[in-house]
This record gives sequence, structure tokens and C-alpha cells, in this order.
Amino acid sequence: MRKILGMIILLSAICIIIYVGNQRFVSQENAHNLTRHIALLAIFAIGEGIVILSGGIDLSVGSVIAFSGVFLTQAIVERGMPPIVAGLLVIGIGVVIGLWHGFLITRIRLQPFIATLCTMLILRGQARVLVEEQTMGFGNGYPGVRALGDGFFLGLPTPVVILAGVAIVAAFFMHFTIYGRYLYAIGRNPQAAEYSGVKVARMQTAAYVACGGLAALAGILYASYTNSVQPASTGLAYELYAIAAAVLGGCSLSGGQGTVIGIIVGAAIMRVMANGINLLGIAPAWEFAVLGYVILIGVVGDSIYKQRGAKRLGPKDKRTDRKEDELEVEEPTENARV
Amino acid sequence: MEELYAAGTLPCTGLSSLTKSKFRSIQKDWPYQEHSLPIGILSVFISIQRLSDSGFVRKENSQLAGNSTNNEIPLLVMKGVSKRFPGVLALDKVDFELMQGEILGLVGENGAGKSTLMRILGGIYPADQGEILVEGKPVRIENIEDALELGISIIHQELNLAGNLDIAANIFLGREPVTSPFRVIRRQELYRQAADIASMVGITKPMTTLVEELSTGEQQLVEIAKALSMSARILVLDEPTSSLSPGEAERLFNVMRDLKEHGVSMVYISHRLGEVQHMCGRVIVLRDGLRVGELEGDEINREAMVRLMVGRDISRFFPEVALHRAGKSPVLSVNNLKRRGCVSSYTFDAYPGEILGLAGLVGAGRTELISCLFGIDPAVSGSITIDGREQTIRRPADAIRAGIGLVPEDRKALGVILQMAVRENITLPGLNTYHPILLDRRRESQVTNEQLQALSIKTPGIEQEVQYLSGGNQQKVGLAKWLALSPKVLILDEPTRGIDVGSKSEIYRLIRQLADSGVGIIMISSDMEEIIGLADRVLVMHESRVTGGLGRSEMTEENIMHLATGGSAK
Repeated sequence: MRKILGMIILLSAICIIIYVGNQRFVSQENAHNLTRHIALLAIFAIGEGIVILSGGIDLSVGSVIAFSGVFLTQAIVERGMPPIVAGLLVIGIGVVIGLWHGFLITRIRLQPFIATLCTMLILRGQARVLVEEQTMGFGNGYPGVRALGDGFFLGLPTPVVILAGVAIVAAFFMHFTIYGRYLYAIGRNPQAAEYSGVKVARMQTAAYVACGGLAALAGILYASYTNSVQPASTGLAYELYAIAAAVLGGCSLSGGQGTVIGIIVGAAIMRVMANGINLLGIAPAWEFAVLGYVILIGVVGDSIYKQRGAKRLGPKDKRTDRKEDELEVEEPTENARV
Repeated sequence: MEELYAAGTLPCTGLSSLTKSKFRSIQKDWPYQEHSLPIGILSVFISIQRLSDSGFVRKENSQLAGNSTNNEIPLLVMKGVSKRFPGVLALDKVDFELMQGEILGLVGENGAGKSTLMRILGGIYPADQGEILVEGKPVRIENIEDALELGISIIHQELNLAGNLDIAANIFLGREPVTSPFRVIRRQELYRQAADIASMVGITKPMTTLVEELSTGEQQLVEIAKALSMSARILVLDEPTSSLSPGEAERLFNVMRDLKEHGVSMVYISHRLGEVQHMCGRVIVLRDGLRVGELEGDEINREAMVRLMVGRDISRFFPEVALHRAGKSPVLSVNNLKRRGCVSSYTFDAYPGEILGLAGLVGAGRTELISCLFGIDPAVSGSITIDGREQTIRRPADAIRAGIGLVPEDRKALGVILQMAVRENITLPGLNTYHPILLDRRRESQVTNEQLQALSIKTPGIEQEVQYLSGGNQQKVGLAKWLALSPKVLILDEPTRGIDVGSKSEIYRLIRQLADSGVGIIMISSDMEEIIGLADRVLVMHESRVTGGLGRSEMTEENIMHLATGGSAK
């Protein structure tokens, strides 16, 4: 919780700086636009976060978004499929991709990085082949579909409402069900979890399924919001944004750490930064560099804080009562760094 | 060279002074310097001779092979050494001395300060106070390099070897013989020197064998060879036998005796007091950071050491045995169970209230058997019956549902999740029995608190991460997670490995209590004393087969060894 608090403070600081620089930051138009972007990122960052939490990584997210987008627009616009059917089909594809990753990783024993890297390349290529490199969109038709990404629901941008739904389900799952506990245990030590009766392969697969499904959902929303899907560039490097958001939000790439709310805060930092660069009139060329610096500051600050904490409250102090118990005095090696 | 060879085959005391000086001259910078003795005809004996020369030639009055210990100046003296860690005085003005060519036992409960004292000697920690003298001269040991420079090597309980490199590369890691201009490794030279040293410690495998393919015992020998290659004259062995089978341990002891004969001084740290008694001529006992006593020669016996270590008499180390087996049907029945890729099958019964020991040498297939039983490496054929009902066990979850619990040997990697809270560890296997989907935090706390009390686990709170508990308490957490489920069969793989005497007897008591409450217990142990002291019945394994079962009355070390080495049941 402390960590999230730190990140919320960082987020607030960035917001204040931007507000001081340009009051338009709090205008309704900007607020709607910004929250919409935050929501779009946070939806698939939560999926990525769940995978990272389970000790894995999913690099295919950006490609899944692109593939979902072109598949959806093609199915609806060119093949005349009812939008609801097409949408469900796309989410189904995301789920199948997740199952496929689970199969490759738990049965074929590929490393998550490699398995999802292949999917990243394959799907990006398939998306381009599917529509022959055309940019896809709904044009002026299908207002219902376009409202999904671009419209409002209950006075809020629709993606924000969808994110709220996704976040509540995910947070409930992660923090209030035994499966959430299992995921944390697997992220920490999959073997010990297996020895405690956790069905590790099944839980890992479930994490990839959640990630694939949420990425597909994000693909639908992006297609709907931008109304223009370029198979070669839509969603490019989004998996890295998702990983950055998850890490900023408290996930550790070694697994077993992270919260849903943290991931949302991480996504917010990413998007507020991009928004700020725009509003403060910084040349767009700076976007990536600034983003990189801020993420670096965030994670370095956290790491230093953690190390100082470990030193101050080192393993030896935190250990059990020495007078009554027999302890081997050990070096504070891996204990110090978590 | 011919002459050297000839001289080497003479009894060691018969070396002429001429030869000795020749040895010295060619050995000056050994093992870096090239020497060209034909290795094919090198005997272990020559090598040892050579090593002891090279190791001790540095001082003028080098002690040659077989000399009795020099009682005048101890080789090493540590005076008034104190070390404080936050919250605890780990060492309180401890004096320590080591004679030339002796094997000194250093015993004490965990936390008594043995390892800290040796780590100060090895340059891993600085001492807060006190001085160290080598051959009467004060020395400063500020880092590991200083210690190595003085010929002090520590063989840690956890070995520091690179498993993916071969034996020779490990022995000379970082000190490989290289060509002078480009620092290219001279491979031939490396393997030759490695073979010389390896033969001294009785390594028979080719030098190109990868270390990860060696048994733990052989890896230990590689560590010792590595120390010797650095001309170590003070070897500290920290719990060297804790993971060795009796046969491997005996082999290590022979190497130690050999080294002692050649003037290497050793500090032997062990919880296995029988071995200390067997190997050491003198024993120093530490308790709570204080040196509480010293025993010599005939005074060294188990009772005396334990009395000093715990400061009280442990009247009953092993709890009273009560047999419950009579007239009961087996709680676990294993029939023709076959592992993948294994020809033989297992058939045995375990009874409620019985502690069934599983003995055998390391590598006899005991851990494999229980992995199969627990569903980690599921059986390909055969049946497992619990309380008369046949079970299909494909994964640990199935075994747990059937009522089997397993406390694995590798506590830190498999038994507990170090970075999770005590509560989360204890409740992990049973979470789905509280509620099929939702977490029940109140129930979790309740179960955890019950177990903390039942096992008297010492922790500041149930939310404490397990990594901050002591080894004994970690093991109890590993046990508590099963007890919370009231298993029918509990499998314990080396339950007291690396645990000190006090906690050991507590864990024995717990195991007995569990058995008394009707649980069928299967206990793997390489500690013969433990098996004989605790088990009601013992199954002995050899090469993946159960070679025989022994009841309480037949359970002697000889009988177990007979079966463990492949002898047939009498």
C-alpha cells in the first residue's frame, strides 16, 4: 500500500506541474480525453499485470490489439457480421491466444518471453495479411460500435466505465478469491506452490487467458475509438507500455507482487505524462525520452526506498526472538532485496 | 623427473632432503608453474606429498607428513573475538585455537556463533573486537582474499560451484593457467593439474565431467580440491556431511584423515555428534556466543557435548516409542507402483500411528519414491490405496485431497514460500477447504494461530514473512501447513536436516505426537541414529528398489547398511 501511495504522490506531483503550466489540463474536454486514454491503457495493463504477477510476461498484447482491431472492422464492415457476434468472436480469439500461450508455457515448457514473442510477430503479420495492409475503419456508419470507444455512458467516457467493471472484477479475483492467492504464491515460488496442491499450470494458463481476453477487449475499444486501424502500426509497442504501467504500479518482474489499483495508477502516470508533454508545448520528439526518465525515476526511487527499508529493518531485526530461539546468524543476502 | 617419481613412491618420511628441495624448487609457484611429471603414473600418494610440500613450504620448519601436532605454538589463535549484530551479541570474547595438523570439532546449537566465528576467520565479516594470530604473528583478515592468502579456506554447507562447468574448471576457477601474452587458458595444463589435485581427494570421475552431474558428496570433494589448489592449510568444513550418505561421509572422513596426516589443520562443524566424536581429537563448544567448554580425547562423547551445548541434560533425546500397529489395517497401501522409466515397482503398507522410516544411501531413490506417491512425478502403473479406498494421484493436489501431506527435503525451495506471510504459508494447502472460491481471512487467522500454539512456532506475528524466521521455525511452518489439514499420511523428507540439536528433539517429539494421534508417518532420513531412534519400522532402499524391511528389534546400523548396500534380507 505504501508503494501505491508513493506512486499516487508522484502522479499528483506531475498533475500539479502540468496544471501550473497549462490550466487547460483540468478543462472538461481534456479530462474526458485523458481519462479515456488512461482507461484504454489500464484495461490491457491489468491483463499484463496479472501475467507478470504470476511470474510470466506477455509480449503479444500490442499485436493482439492490432489483430482484434482489423478482425473486428473487417468482420463487421466487409462481412456484415452483427457487431455483438463479431465482438464476442474477437474476445474469444483473445482467450484462445491465452490458452495457446498457457499450453506452450506449461506443457511444451517454452519460456514466456519466447512463446509470446512468437505470437507478437505472428499476429502482427497475420493482421497485415488479413486486410492486405489496408487501414480499416467504420467510416461514418455503425454509431453504436463507435460509441463504445468514443462515446459516454452515465456522463463518463465509455472506456472509463468498462475499466471500472474490469477493475472491480479483477480486484475481486486477485484479492478476495483463493485463486488470487494462488497466483501470488505461484509468482513467488511455483514449485513450492505446486507442492502445496496449487494447480500451477492451470493458474498460469488462466493468467494468460485473462491477458489475451483483455487485450482483445482493448483492441475492440481502440478500433472503436480511433475508427482507423492500421495493421502495421496500431498497438505497436503497447505491450511495453503495459509492462511499464504494471511496474510503475508496483508489480515486480520477478513475480508475486502487484495490485490492480496500483496498475491503474501506473497507467495513469503514463498517460498523464503524454498529455502533459502535449499541453506544456514540449516538442513531441521528447515524448519517449521524458516517459523513459519518469519511469526510471519512479522505479529507482522505489528500489532505493526498498533497500533503505531493508537495511533499517534488516532481516536480523525482523527475525524471531533471539533469546528464546536458536538462530543461525546468516548474511542478509537475498532477503534484503525483494 | 625419473628421480622424482622414484622418490615419490618411497614412504613419505623417507624422502631425501635433496628430493625435497627439488620438490620445493619446482613447486614454488605451484600450481601455476608447469611441471612435467607423467600423470599417468602419479599415485595419489605422490600428489598428497606434493601438495603438503607446496602448502607448507612457505615456512622454513615445514612440518612434513605424519608429524604429531606441534603443541608449542598453535597454528591459529583467535583471541577475544566479539561480534555484534543488530539486536544480538553473536560472539562474546571467544578464544579459539587450532593446532597444526589437528581436526578440531566446533559444536553448538544453531545461533551459538560457530558460523559467525568461522566467517570472521574467512574474512566474510569483520570482527568488532579481538585479534587473530597465525603462527604466533598477528594478522589482519579483512576480506576473503586475505584469508585465502593465509591458507584459510572455508567449505560452506551450501556449495559454491558452477554446475555447468566441469571439475577442472571449477577447481581452478579464476586461477586458470594461462599463456602469457593473451591470457588464453592452457587447457592441457589445466586438466593435468586438476587431475593431480582431484586424485588427492579421491575424485575418480574424469576431469571433464560437469559438476552438476556429480553427487553432493563428490561436489564436496571438488570444493576441497579447490581449497587445496589454493594451498589451503586451514580448512573449515561447515556441516559437510549433512547431505551425504553414510558411504560418502566415510569417504570424506578418509580424505580428511589423509589431509591431517599431511599437516592440514581442519575445523569440523557438525550437528552430528557421533561423527565429531569419531573424527575429532579436540572439541570446542560454543553456546550463545560464548565458549563454554573444551573436550579432549576420551572426554569427547555425545552426552558431554550435548550437556555443554544446551547447558542442561537432555535425558530423552528421542521420545518414547509406543507401538500402535497391532490389529490395525494399513492407512496407506502401495501396490506395484511404477515410476516412469523405472523397471522396479514399489509395494508397501504404512499403518496409522506408525513411523515408517525410509533408509538408504543418497541416490537410492527414496525422494523419487515419495515424489511418485505425492503426484509430482505421477506413477505410470500400480495403485495407491488410502484407508481402503483406491486413489488416482496425478498431481500433488490429488494427493492432498486423498489425505497425504509432504514436507520436502528442500525447505526453502519447496517446503515454504519464503516471501509470503506465515499465515499465507500455513493456509495455502487448505484454502479451498475453507471456501471453494473466496478467501476466508478470519478462518485463516484462526487456523494459523492454532498451529502457532500447537507447534510453538516463534514469530512476531502471523503476517511475518517466513524468510525472517529461523530455520527450525521455518521447518515448523512447513509442518504446520499439513497439520492444519489433519492428514492421514504425512511424508517427511529429511525433516531435521540443518536443524540444531534443541529443535531436533522438539521436532522428534512432534513427529511422535502426530503418530500417536493416528497419522501414518513416512520419514526419509540419512541420519541412521534418527531412523533407529524414531522409526517403528524401516524400509531400506537400494538402487530404486525396496530391498527389505526391518522391525524395531532388527533395526541396527549394520542391518540397515547391509540392505542399503544391496544385501538381501536375512
